[in-house]
Amino acid sequence: MSHTTTRTSPRTKRPSSSSRFDSALGWSPGFGTNMVLRIVLCVLVFCIFALPFAAIISGAFDRNSSPTEITLLPKTFTLANFEAASQQGLWGYLLNSLVIAGGGLLLQMTVSVFAAYSLSRKKFRGQAILLLLVLLTMMLPEEVIAIPLSLVLGDLPLLGISLRGSVLAVILPVGIWGFSIFIMSEFMKEIPAEIEEAARLDGVGEFRMLFTIILPLCKPALGVIGIFGFMMVWDQYLLPLIAANDPSDYTLTVALSVLRNDTTVGPGVLLAGAVMAMIPSLLVYLFLQRSMIRGITAGATKG
Amino acid sequence: MTSAATKPAVTPVQAKRSSPPPRRRKGNRAHLLAVWVFLLPAAVLALYFKFIPMVEGIRLSLFKVQPFLGDVFVGFDNYVSVLTDARFMDALGHTVILGVTQTMGALVVGFVLALLLEGQAKSLWFLRTAIFLPVVTALAVVGEIWRILYFPTADGPLNTILSWVGLGPLQFLNGTDTALWSIAVVGIWSGAPYNMVIILAGLAGIDRALYESAGVDGATVWQRLRYITLPALRPAIVIVLTLAAIRSLRSFTEVYVLTGGGPAGSTEVWMTRMYSLGFQRNDIGVASAAAVLLLVVTLLLTVGTQLVARRKAER
Repeated sequence: MSHTTTRTSPRTKRPSSSSRFDSALGWSPGFGTNMVLRIVLCVLVFCIFALPFAAIISGAFDRNSSPTEITLLPKTFTLANFEAASQQGLWGYLLNSLVIAGGGLLLQMTVSVFAAYSLSRKKFRGQAILLLLVLLTMMLPEEVIAIPLSLVLGDLPLLGISLRGSVLAVILPVGIWGFSIFIMSEFMKEIPAEIEEAARLDGVGEFRMLFTIILPLCKPALGVIGIFGFMMVWDQYLLPLIAANDPSDYTLTVALSVLRNDTTVGPGVLLAGAVMAMIPSLLVYLFLQRSMIRGITAGATKG
Repeated sequence: MTSAATKPAVTPVQAKRSSPPPRRRKGNRAHLLAVWVFLLPAAVLALYFKFIPMVEGIRLSLFKVQPFLGDVFVGFDNYVSVLTDARFMDALGHTVILGVTQTMGALVVGFVLALLLEGQAKSLWFLRTAIFLPVVTALAVVGEIWRILYFPTADGPLNTILSWVGLGPLQFLNGTDTALWSIAVVGIWSGAPYNMVIILAGLAGIDRALYESAGVDGATVWQRLRYITLPALRPAIVIVLTLAAIRSLRSFTEVYVLTGGGPAGSTEVWMTRMYSLGFQRNDIGVASAAAVLLLVVTLLLTVGTQLVARRKAER
């Protein structure tokens, strides 16, 4: 690990002499105490924020009977933790998580795109009220309705069926997310009406309009709601907890506490689970990093 | 919702016999149909999983809920129980302490990170990517990582590091006086990189000419920060602060994973108290009242800050 830190420490060599004014702290480009200080601080910050992950990954591939034995690099490489974890149902939990994340995200994005299309590209009575309702669901903390939601999930009004113990009990509730509808409709509003009018003269119907004309122009917004939606679904904790009938319905993140409480195998099994739970979010982040940054800054300016 | 559907539908019927409207009428109806077809999935899901639970929650908060004996209307008794319950009041205190330390801590650390890592160099970009990892990791995983780092024996990972600088082994999550602060540190760790990104965006928007002219005038780095950088960042900082403060009121996952509210209730927050009442002790009426109170406070704070922000923007 120390290799990476020294290799990637900042090289602030820049040709322009005014580059001293490129950053708020005025990091000077030349080599000097200033630069040494910056490198030291960067290494420190890297250790604090990234090294725990190295320890977790190393611990997952090593034999440890206690957290005190975890090292930054595995002493002996082994897959025993993953074998033990798979006996405890690791793959079942992972499958639950992946089905819920995939299904939930697909539903959420479809619902958001459809609703946003109506709310931003159409004019109709009651539109303002609907937009207000969307904002309201944004403000409504999901945690607050946990108790009545668990009752609703156990006995759907009018339909009288119970979703508990099924992946649908998590997929359907995460399908509606005000944030995602809001981001999408704000973006769709910016598309000039002329494009739509021209297509309409050619006799393009509503679905083709949305899928072949509007959506291709919304790729940046799709990236944003994609990564934020994924993180929102993957981060769900209370909902899968209350939607489950028994522990075998848990998602991987919730199941970590089950793996943790097993004292016979030590922390390695838990770490194996934690690593498996980290991989999907890591992959999504690395592929959609740009969208992530865009979403955060857009959220900050819009509030 | 229905008024939106019926009102425009009336006009075409009245105009049935005149010759020009037919095309318009057809277009109008098709238009409305399209509006509702596209809105339908969102409307159904929101109704079932947001609005019905919300109304049901308010209803339950007014009843003594008994599964087989039938619910009894008790008025505001459940609210009185919440507000006079010592453990709920402790939980309120912990929620506020945790919210304030986490919000302020994450802001300060995020600011320092942004100042340190501002720049175009590829290495800085790599570092920023690595530091962002805690934000993308699920909160439950973050909690498990820190339970291991916080292992309370003298040779636990964090205690080992502390011993290098001569600080004595701490109990962390197991001690009644250290547990709440330990949770706050986890919150800061996983929240600061998010703030860093927002602040970096703000820093990028500052006109470099201002720094340059300050340099010509002989301003120190500190003066530059104080009089150029901070005022320019103020809008971003205010938003970060209010959003995070409001969100912190309902923090659940990290506390539940890290301590479950213990030891001896020293880290119990509003949401964990509500959870244990509602789901473990099945006291659904009182737990619902607690939920409604949280909802009201959240809505008031959100709407209030939005109004203040809008008024400031108009000025």
